[in-house]
Amino acid sequence: MKKLNRSRIQELFAAIAAGQRLYIPADNKGQAQFLPWVEGLEMTGALNTVRSAKDLFFPQTEELIGFQVKGREIQLQEIRDPGEPFVVFGVRACDAASFAILDQVFLSEPADTFYEARRNHGTVVTLACGRPEETCFCTVFGIDPAVPGGDVSGWFAGEALYLQAATEKGEALLASLPMLEDADDAAVQAEQEKIRTVLEKLPLKDLNLTGFDGEHLMEKFNSPAWASLSESCLGCGTCTFVCPTCQCYDIRDFDTGHGVRRFRCWDSCMYSDFTMMAHGTNRPTQLERFRQRFMHKLVYFPADHEGVYGCVGCGRCLTRCPISMNIVKVAKTLGEGAK
Amino acid sequence: MNVKMDPLIPMIGVVTDIRTDTPDVKTFRVVGLDGKKPFEHIPGQCAMLSMPGIGEALFSITSSPTNEDYLEFSIKKCGCVTTWLHEITPGQQITLRGPYGNGFPVETELKGKDLLIIAGGIGLAPVRSVINYVRANRQNYGTLDIVYGSRSKEDLVDYAEILDEWSKEDGISVHLTIDREQEGWDGHVGFVPNYVKELNFDTSKTVVMCGPPIMIKFTLAGLLELGFRRDQVFTTFELKMKCALGKCGRCNIGDKYVCKDGPVFRLDQMTELPDEY
Repeated sequence: MKKLNRSRIQELFAAIAAGQRLYIPADNKGQAQFLPWVEGLEMTGALNTVRSAKDLFFPQTEELIGFQVKGREIQLQEIRDPGEPFVVFGVRACDAASFAILDQVFLSEPADTFYEARRNHGTVVTLACGRPEETCFCTVFGIDPAVPGGDVSGWFAGEALYLQAATEKGEALLASLPMLEDADDAAVQAEQEKIRTVLEKLPLKDLNLTGFDGEHLMEKFNSPAWASLSESCLGCGTCTFVCPTCQCYDIRDFDTGHGVRRFRCWDSCMYSDFTMMAHGTNRPTQLERFRQRFMHKLVYFPADHEGVYGCVGCGRCLTRCPISMNIVKVAKTLGEGAK
Repeated sequence: MNVKMDPLIPMIGVVTDIRTDTPDVKTFRVVGLDGKKPFEHIPGQCAMLSMPGIGEALFSITSSPTNEDYLEFSIKKCGCVTTWLHEITPGQQITLRGPYGNGFPVETELKGKDLLIIAGGIGLAPVRSVINYVRANRQNYGTLDIVYGSRSKEDLVDYAEILDEWSKEDGISVHLTIDREQEGWDGHVGFVPNYVKELNFDTSKTVVMCGPPIMIKFTLAGLLELGFRRDQVFTTFELKMKCALGKCGRCNIGDKYVCKDGPVFRLDQMTELPDEY
């Protein structure tokens, strides 16, 4: 365990940023987001960023390959961003847990080398949630915001920031920061107790997911409740864009006039053209599209991944959905004992 | 050009031959830049073809793996990529990547069986690979019945191959049908599902089926009526795909991805899946 006085945090950021790019959660026009640290950039006071930290590993748009087309001939052109080592500081336990879920998708064979390179380049420094909010329900998924994970776990306790490396990458980062002092973990333990006391008071902590599994797949799929749940959905896709585990993407070509660039970008199962083919679509109304999103997170993904849900309880969709629909309402409506 | 590889990065191929099969179906012969078959596959597997700037789309490989020289794709003109393909001439380069999907179990569950192949329209494309694979390995399979239907005589894909080769071989029975009466056609007239029932096949056969969803639905009902079980019937699906690697999310049905867990499914496995195909 290492520690540093809170007042010296800019010094810490400067030391990290001297070696590699550093991202911290900071305010940008009133919204918290991960920004590259520059001298003087302060951490946000918000608990979490509006968008998750997944952008750093799975950017919203990313170029895959270029093509030069001359007559009837095609040549491939390397345009991949080679990337560089970076540190993301202040990731919350929910987002840190989402990386393990994204890993299951992108690193399963055949691995996505674009994502893989960013994962290899990135060092994740997490922060425990001293003040979880009422939309938080990460504990439902076995996530402990008092032990936030990542390559280095961090805690603010009293006047100090405590850091504990959990991986080799984390060890290497901490070893490169001479201003850190050795510390015992008494203050962190006390902070963890405090966090767990707050967690006990969170309104969504008892969300019951019994029955959301492969065994009940068709039963959940055929529930008549989807009609009323999806009735007001605008299909805006906001939930998918702020979601740390949503990973659906599109691949498109852009003709720049002097070559074609093939890129991928986030997409959303909430959109009507997501599954549209020349002969039609297999999800013709918002009911099917809405159902797909929640069935995927609560039933299909766990059925295919040993019970791991495709949700980390970050609560972003609870605060951002324009019609106040969200995964908690879906789980409560379709859950055990619900009518 | 030295390119860092990734499953999403395609190779360059050349279209060496284009055969016009029907008013809206052409069959494209594709080789790599070295003039050789781009990759090995098993019947029922697919590949992503694209023209940079136009788009990328998934097509079933219609040639048999026993063809050592090239890959063939029978493609119906219906969207952006397919319309572009229908306008090209031999010598055009395209990109391709694959093969994708599980394919038909030609070396396991289909082996040693009497086979009943049922296809409608462009649905012949993936099963033609099975048919020609079985023909090339005749000793490993029993009898082969082929029921193939289309809108009209002109819409039968591979008509020449069917008449000149398939119909003439021992152990193969070809049953063609078209939707409506037509001058110059003295064969069967009617839809595939009814024709399958009329033909009253022995229920010991193993069925390989591909066609429009509506044909699959009614043909399956007919087969069940004849006494076939769902676990005797294999079919192949087509959903929108972008990656074909089980990551982009489009072809997800239940806990399956059609691109990697399919596109071939045995019909008893599908009863466990949401009806979203």
